[in-house]
Amino acid sequence: MNFIVKNIIRFIILILLQVTIFNNIQLSGFINPYMYVLFILLLPFETPPWLLLVLSFFMGLSIDIFSNTIGIHASACVFMGFLRPIVLNNISVRDNYESDIEQGLYVYGFSWFFKYALILILAHHSFLFIVEVFSFNNFGDTLIGIILSSIFTLILVITSQFIISKK
Amino acid sequence: MKNLIQIIVRFHFTILFLIIELVCFILIVNNNNYHKTVFLNSNNALSGGIYNKVNSFTDYVRLTKINDQLSNENTLLHNLLSENYKLTADSFFFYNDSVFKQQFIYRSAKVINNSINKQRNYITLNKGKNQGIKPEMGVVANNSVVGIVKSVSDNYATVLSLLNARLKISAKIKKNNHHGSLYWDGKDYRKARLIEIPSHVDIKIGDTITTSSFSSVFPEGLLIGTADEVLPSSGGNFREIIVLLSNDFNQLSYVDVIGDLLKNERLELEKEVEK
Repeated sequence: MNFIVKNIIRFIILILLQVTIFNNIQLSGFINPYMYVLFILLLPFETPPWLLLVLSFFMGLSIDIFSNTIGIHASACVFMGFLRPIVLNNISVRDNYESDIEQGLYVYGFSWFFKYALILILAHHSFLFIVEVFSFNNFGDTLIGIILSSIFTLILVITSQFIISKK
Repeated sequence: MKNLIQIIVRFHFTILFLIIELVCFILIVNNNNYHKTVFLNSNNALSGGIYNKVNSFTDYVRLTKINDQLSNENTLLHNLLSENYKLTADSFFFYNDSVFKQQFIYRSAKVINNSINKQRNYITLNKGKNQGIKPEMGVVANNSVVGIVKSVSDNYATVLSLLNARLKISAKIKKNNHHGSLYWDGKDYRKARLIEIPSHVDIKIGDTITTSSFSSVFPEGLLIGTADEVLPSSGGNFREIIVLLSNDFNQLSYVDVIGDLLKNERLELEKEVEK
């Protein structure tokens, strides 16, 4: 029961952070961090796959409602939720994943979390930016936006993990 | 059936993913104007291309008839050639070009999609912006009214057909110049209604209905059809006339798009009055 409440609180806090702070950061028109994907990254291992998709959808939709882009973030989040089990299966850990814990930075080490977050964030951002532009014209610009924003988001996600784990 | 259920159970994750993505994209296209336009434009390019292909076939089937029509027209034009006329008058008239200023310019286009069975019928033409077609131009076939160009892309144009309840054009009775407006009531594709004709006006079945000079889209005097039935006025001051359209919209194949070279001048002048 505890982790459900925890996830709900995280859901709300991340939406508020994203809407009030991160949506207003637009460095040089390209870099736009989407920190809220942390919610999908940190869902427990044993979340049923269908629930994962549904939660991702609602996470994205909530962001969409605030930023007036109905459907765009939702589609990217669902894509990310779809990839998550596949990525988890393919990033090896010495032992099997233990149940009942969240995959924070402090559980399986920095390099594991870095790989895990990098792949999913990159996937999410690629999908998001391409859907947002909705065409393959000026693909170079889109690509630069994807890469720079992914790096920024990744830095924020990892920093947040350091801050939480120190507590 | 059992297998189907097994497949669904086995791939429920992927299937659910695809369903949710589909929902997302429906949301995107319906709620974001930019995405909507991109989606519709690509859609139109695709459907326009397909219609073109389908049409090249139906055109081939119709060739005999069109050849007939063309040869008839040819003879007609040959007959009109000046060589065929013998000069009988004793005096000459010299026309100065500055007296006649060309106002209307005709461009031929092919109908590649058309419908007659809906409440709002549209026609698609195979010419667009690149060929000089602009919105609000009039469209005629066999010198009688077909519709008004609604929107254009680079190489295609959509025409608001006369068979569209949203189109109202200004029309008049040829013999006594009484004006009214003409619209289609959505029932019979061969008949339209002419309204706002005062009840004292003399009209008989078979009278010709043409476009009026009020319209900035069509030249005056283009044929629309003939009066087919005059409905008695029901106490009011106006009566309605059912007009038998002279064009058979089901057989449209080639049309002419009319550009009015002086249209802007006229509209600007009329706008100034309204200020």
